[in-house]
Amino acid sequence: MRKCYFDHVATNPLDNRVFDAMEPYFMENFGNPLSLYDLGTKAKEAIENARAQVAALINSKPSEIIFTASGAEANNFALRGIALARQNEGKHVIVTKMEHHSVLNSARFLEKMGFVVTFLPVDKYGIVNPDTVKKSITKETTLISVTYASSEVGTIEPIKEIGKIAKERGIILHTDAVAAAGNIPVDVKDLGVDLLSLAAHQFYGPKGAAALHVREGMRIVPLIYGGIQESGRRAGTENVPAIVGMGQAAELAKSEMTGRIGQAKKLRDKLIQGASGIENVYLTGVPPMADKPENRLPAHASFTVEFIEGEAMLLLLAAKGIYAASGSACSSKALKASPVLLSMGVPSNLAQGSIVFTLGKDNTEEDMDYLLSEFPQVIKRLREMSPYAKGWGTKGEGGECTVRK
Amino acid sequence: MKFVENVKADVTTDIVYMMCPMHLLKLEEKMKDLDDGQILEIMTDYDGALEDIPGWCEKTGNEFLGLKETEDFYKFYIRKKVKRK
Repeated sequence: MRKCYFDHVATNPLDNRVFDAMEPYFMENFGNPLSLYDLGTKAKEAIENARAQVAALINSKPSEIIFTASGAEANNFALRGIALARQNEGKHVIVTKMEHHSVLNSARFLEKMGFVVTFLPVDKYGIVNPDTVKKSITKETTLISVTYASSEVGTIEPIKEIGKIAKERGIILHTDAVAAAGNIPVDVKDLGVDLLSLAAHQFYGPKGAAALHVREGMRIVPLIYGGIQESGRRAGTENVPAIVGMGQAAELAKSEMTGRIGQAKKLRDKLIQGASGIENVYLTGVPPMADKPENRLPAHASFTVEFIEGEAMLLLLAAKGIYAASGSACSSKALKASPVLLSMGVPSNLAQGSIVFTLGKDNTEEDMDYLLSEFPQVIKRLREMSPYAKGWGTKGEGGECTVRK
Repeated sequence: MKFVENVKADVTTDIVYMMCPMHLLKLEEKMKDLDDGQILEIMTDYDGALEDIPGWCEKTGNEFLGLKETEDFYKFYIRKKVKRK
């Protein structure tokens, strides 16, 4: 059976060139980067080299990169670290409803600590209005955190405009670029962000390596206390092989980005076109636009399928060798409608049928043809047994059914 | 402990919230770059620096000018020793 992996926001397969770069650091060069003898200095050089490679990917300086173990850690570190470091100046933090749980739950932790948190609404495409950001700012605001791109609906947020507002008001801006960095061009200087999170396994690097860019001269309270790794800002013996892998993956992502984007877009547009032809299937997020800069990730296609549940689609597709996701992990496990879709105004019954396909560099035209032949059959089979589909007939009726509910 | 006001530093380094012993590593690194007689200001929230920085100065022959306390952190002032010719 054909195996098609369309869940690249969950994680990417490791590139074999990345694995080759990592391999010597498991057995041969196993030293601790803090050790003073040659085994240590070799490991230290390796992570410093990786730091420069990661910095180059986002136009940052090596000294501004702090390695962490995951994107979630980078997000926790950013929110907690900046809010606490600046709490004497104010105790108001702004985030959006599009954020990943590592940002949302960090914000909730801050709320419990006595901070005030504003959760900004979004429009039907999931876009945050910079004017809303502006209006939410109080004299207590010290930090704004807005995701660069949503892994659930692929929407790219207007970070640059928000960056200008934050700078004018002297507020720190963090962006969670885990779904974006390594996949689309990300430039911290151009965006005007102070902090940015990225994770290696989102661009064919290993799990267990991620980074937080912290603009030079900023104070941040550590998340993990201990030794002087990462300039005394993030303790713990470094995961040397994973960090080396992240560096190598960053370099490859940078040099191959244009090609990867072109290929992904072609397949994505084919998928969006094909799936939109199926009755009562709706695209979520921003429709691809040929004529202007896109607000959608190039490898991302997400839909809601009326009358059926996302989970059921995933299982039937997996039985056909097709791997996809149904919104965020939390919502699919809890069988709840995705909070992101709900905040975009998608009715809760429709949000249940969320499905997300995310493409990668190894997906082919044939993979897409296979998906487009199997997907409608899976939908048809599930609708035949769905109690919700009673009375379902034409597109018009379905639409009305949604509205009434 | 010696408290000072209005010391004009030639170089300032901010290591607030950075972990121990960054205060000693940064101190050594920054002092190397300083010219003889110049003054370094080092900002840290680490209480151990209250002993360590004067101690380091005594050991290395640099002059500990004193410190200033702010709400969240300390500012230490160190003058680099002038080598005899």
